[in-house]
Amino acid sequence: MSAKNIHPLDNLLRVERLPHIWCPGCGIGIALNCFLRAIDELNIDMNKVAFVSGIGCSGRAAGYVNCDSFHTTHGRAIPLAMGIKVARPDLHVVVFSGDGDLFAIGGNHFIHAARRNMDLLVICINNFNYGMTGGQVGPTTPFKSYTTTSPYGNIEHPFNLVHLAAAAGAVYVARWTVAHPIQLTKSIEKGLKKRGFAFIEVIAPCITLFARYNKLGPASEIMTYLKRNSVIRNYIDPLKAEVNVKGKIVVGEFIDTERPDFISELYKLIEEKAGVKIKSLVST
Amino acid sequence: MEKKFSHYLKGNFFMQGDEACAEGAIVAGCRLFAGYPITPSTEIAERMARRLPEVGGVFIQMEDELASIALIIGASYAGVKAMTATSGPGFSLMQENIGLAIMTETPIVIVNVMRGGPSTGQPTKASQGDIMQARWGCHGDHEIIALAPYSVQEMFDLTIEAFNLAEQYRTPVILLTDEIIGHMREKVVLKLPNEVKIVNRKKPNVPPTIYEPFKPDEDLIPPMACFGDGYRIHVTGLTHDYKGIPKSVDPKVHELLVKRLCDKIRLNIDKIVKIDERFMNDAEIAIVTYGTPARSAIRAVRIARKEYGFKVGLIRLITVWPFPFNYFKKLSKRIKSYIVLEMNYGQLVGEVERCAMGKPVFFAPKLGGDIHTPNEILNLIEEVQKNVG
Repeated sequence: MSAKNIHPLDNLLRVERLPHIWCPGCGIGIALNCFLRAIDELNIDMNKVAFVSGIGCSGRAAGYVNCDSFHTTHGRAIPLAMGIKVARPDLHVVVFSGDGDLFAIGGNHFIHAARRNMDLLVICINNFNYGMTGGQVGPTTPFKSYTTTSPYGNIEHPFNLVHLAAAAGAVYVARWTVAHPIQLTKSIEKGLKKRGFAFIEVIAPCITLFARYNKLGPASEIMTYLKRNSVIRNYIDPLKAEVNVKGKIVVGEFIDTERPDFISELYKLIEEKAGVKIKSLVST
Repeated sequence: MEKKFSHYLKGNFFMQGDEACAEGAIVAGCRLFAGYPITPSTEIAERMARRLPEVGGVFIQMEDELASIALIIGASYAGVKAMTATSGPGFSLMQENIGLAIMTETPIVIVNVMRGGPSTGQPTKASQGDIMQARWGCHGDHEIIALAPYSVQEMFDLTIEAFNLAEQYRTPVILLTDEIIGHMREKVVLKLPNEVKIVNRKKPNVPPTIYEPFKPDEDLIPPMACFGDGYRIHVTGLTHDYKGIPKSVDPKVHELLVKRLCDKIRLNIDKIVKIDERFMNDAEIAIVTYGTPARSAIRAVRIARKEYGFKVGLIRLITVWPFPFNYFKKLSKRIKSYIVLEMNYGQLVGEVERCAMGKPVFFAPKLGGDIHTPNEILNLIEEVQKNVG
């Protein structure tokens, strides 16, 4: 390979698997790029990262990262990631998945992992619809928006994901769009260092489906739109952090707090009951 | 007052089947249990919640059974022996991820303390209604290993065996028991880990640069690198090649993978299957059963032999799946008829019929939660003896 073909993050990717499956203009690649930059910035050893995804377009990210990775069944990324973290607390366990996977079929696991203050970083790519199956309505699809299964406009209301995460007990909550790569990377760095449940929502365009059905314009216009119509409101009440695809999108860091995390409490309990201090469930 | 648990228990105890199952798991090396309360399996979770922290392990009560099985798959891939326990409704919820464990070759143990179904059915009554669900509950072609204990002692012994098989064949193993065995108290002899056979999964002995996570050895089982071992493996429920890379539209890759996943068990049926045969040397009538009904059947066979002189024997399947077709085909050549006893409306009997080679198969169903009585079985033996004997 000639030098000009080497990307600075190539060592963090399974380059032999590229090109990826994502459409031109998709936001998932930008979010993954930000994740890798955060890993690089913090100088985290990829042997110490476990990357877990569910099913869907975002779920395919697990196949491209050069670390231990698990592409789970639909909706089960969080409990499976918990299994890894509980057994090996020394690993950075990251869940990277879509809005449908994490909040429809997997919604129950999300709120309970947040309630437990489970030591995970959950990155949710929110593109407002089910991309992999052709653009169906989902739990984040805005009111009155068009999808293949809401052909007359969505009569349901979407979740406000940051509000949901905060209410369920997440200790770090942020939202950025893919037009905020610097801020997103910084947030991922914070999430990786956080003890407890960290949640980052990434607003991403689905050019091929949601944007087309709702006449949001081509990729370049959407990126400009995301940049211009986002307003940063750090630490406002997440309930008021609106997402309006044809209006204002509130982004920022909303929660950054502390409370006893699951892993610390769990290993304290083992130490107390077993009478020995262990660092993981496997002897390494 | 129960005396404080030591790390391992040894010697004679009087305990419930569910409790013995938990102790067996601990001896087998299980250090993580994730589950959701459900009658009649809850006592396994309760015992594990107390015991696991004492042996340096983890108990987590999850939000549902979907999460419980997903969690133990993750834990197993991180190198820990892990299990869950449930009953019918929860077992139904676990089916998708049993498929994931088969596809990703994850050693886990699932205990199903069967109760009457369908649906909520009879939470406090015994049943063997999940035999076929254990076999074919998840979608796609696959093989499964399932064991059926018939005593509290076997709840201990076969839980250890379940872990050993899971580790050896890199597959989920199901312990199929029922409310009667789960809740019954009787004597059990508990052993220490160094007094029983313990199998651990084989690890790769090649460096990460050349390791292919799903490339099998000659025994069709690939050595298993775990998360955090430095091998940087990719694990997916999609059809994948030796490297673990999704190849879901390549018919050849799918055929090769699914055949191997089935064959690693099919070709080892003789090694896996355990059968408890009694009075079969000269038997003309064979009673076939597994789990709880075997307790009544043993008594009925003894009486039939001693008091009536009937040439009747008992085949108690300790391993329900894989089903020993060849064993039965061979047996069908020399016996006159089969009597199959199940606490359901006819499930494993179909498998016996498939290899009866024209010999009559009589079936005694039992629904409602009660066990067949020795007298009922005795009457049936008499009737069959009249017809065929």
